[in-house]
Amino acid sequence: MSRRDGMVERRGWGYWLSHAGLILGVAFVFFPIWLAFVASTVSQTEIVRPPMPLWPGDHLLENYGKALASGVNAPVALMLMNSAIMAIGIALGKIAISLLSAFAIVYFRFPGRKLFFWLIFLTLMLPVEVRIVPTYEVIAGFGMLNSYSGLILPLIASATATFLFRQFFMTVPDELAEAARVDGARPMRFFLDILMPMSRTNIAALFVILFIYGWNQYLWPLLITTDPAMNTIVMGIKQMFPSGDDIADWPVIMATSILAMVPPVLVVIGMQRLFIRGLVESEK
Amino acid sequence: MEKRVSFKGVLLPLLLVLPQLVVTAVFFFYPAGQAIWQSLFIPDPFGLSMQWVGLGNFDYLLSNRYYRASFATTAVFSILVTSVSMGVALFLAVLADRLIRGSGVYRTLLIWPYAVAPAVAGVLWMFMFNTRVGVVTWYLGLLGYDWNHVLNEGEAMGLVVAASAWGRISYNFLFFLAGLQAIPRSVIEAAAIDGARFWTRFRTMVFPLLSPTTFFLLVVNIVYAFFETFGVIHTITSGGPQQATTILVYKVYADGFVGQDLGSSSAQSVILLVLVSLLTVVQFRFIERRVHY
Repeated sequence: MSRRDGMVERRGWGYWLSHAGLILGVAFVFFPIWLAFVASTVSQTEIVRPPMPLWPGDHLLENYGKALASGVNAPVALMLMNSAIMAIGIALGKIAISLLSAFAIVYFRFPGRKLFFWLIFLTLMLPVEVRIVPTYEVIAGFGMLNSYSGLILPLIASATATFLFRQFFMTVPDELAEAARVDGARPMRFFLDILMPMSRTNIAALFVILFIYGWNQYLWPLLITTDPAMNTIVMGIKQMFPSGDDIADWPVIMATSILAMVPPVLVVIGMQRLFIRGLVESEK
Repeated sequence: MEKRVSFKGVLLPLLLVLPQLVVTAVFFFYPAGQAIWQSLFIPDPFGLSMQWVGLGNFDYLLSNRYYRASFATTAVFSILVTSVSMGVALFLAVLADRLIRGSGVYRTLLIWPYAVAPAVAGVLWMFMFNTRVGVVTWYLGLLGYDWNHVLNEGEAMGLVVAASAWGRISYNFLFFLAGLQAIPRSVIEAAAIDGARFWTRFRTMVFPLLSPTTFFLLVVNIVYAFFETFGVIHTITSGGPQQATTILVYKVYADGFVGQDLGSSSAQSVILLVLVSLLTVVQFRFIERRVHY
């Protein structure tokens, strides 16, 4: 029996009420997604004559096939690939530069170390949303509009990950570095052979969080990808709505919405432990 | 905090920090500096030259009716999003914490909407409440309620709040549940033996013990409502009707990219920058306090 098997709550009506409340909560959270899924499996005529059915229809393959292969402005398969490249690029890029600089800050005494530390500390404060116009100009100046580097680079320019790794490196016993030094190991050997393997879990947890962060970006891709072939899926959905009075192609749009959710949701569920750890760590 | 042991060398550590330094300088400090610099100018209509106006842009903004309205909108919006999502999450977390077993199952069922992007959440809610095909709209119609968030300002606000709060429940639930489970069981049991009913226990013991978590979530959720809800607003209302849902971040975008008013947009960025800095300071001071607890 677990520690929670205390004497406080017996299995009275309160216990069943708790279950009922939670089930209601889960239903509330699920309902919008369920509806989107149903809409992605029925035909357009079933949707435009409300009320739409609340149980899946038999147009699933047709709708998803149409979305993936042609979409509205660009094939959704292409947008999925763009999103994947962006999300993985942001996650790996940020982890790589942060690991290196955290290693330098913690294990070396070099001129400008304090200054560097405070510079990156400042970046914790400013989300990309606040500096969009000038950042856009920088990207345009480099000719990086409609490019993967334009999508990725501005979003790895912050120091949250550096702080995380710094905190972690501080907890690594000094004896390890000392032993490495006595053995005549070069700093990079120590970094690669000892520090990196020890940071595995932290790196993985951070990867999960950064992947979701990158995948779900909206404003930035909206600004710099004017070419539909470079759209990411999360920002591409809105572009699928017609501008005038035409009726939106709801089944295809909803299929796209579901496709936009699947990768990050799989990551969260599949790596729940790492995900929770990453959330808690990155908010410390 | 310093390490006792350090490696020798100057060139290597500089090389190690270089990538981050370059990326941060080019894509962070330079644009942020530009925002501050441009906020002091007005570009001429052809974009050929800039005229120095000092704090004129700020003067203009702070006396501008629409900008002030956007401030008020942001305040209402963030208070609503924060209280709704935290309220629902706390309620569910308290229920899950009461269970002898199975709270893990509910956690799994409740956390994954965290992965749904705000913009996608916006599309889902806009679909449910769509004036033509929305299911909820249709059933509301049966009940005699004529839902139209495209025209009605209050309904538009309600919808963006609901969509933003919905996506945030997971996150808050996770932290509240962790906070609740960290409260020593013995304290609660002692109170129960003394005859304190559930509500009394919650009000006098659980909630106060939970206050560090609550305060932390308060700051994080306000930051979320300020910045990360852009996708929700852009997909559902585009700031309308009559700017009823134009929060500050949306206005930076609308004025800077749609309206091409760089001076004003930069000044707005600077004001936001100050706001975030204040929030961050509050957050850090709080975290320092938490360490002492």
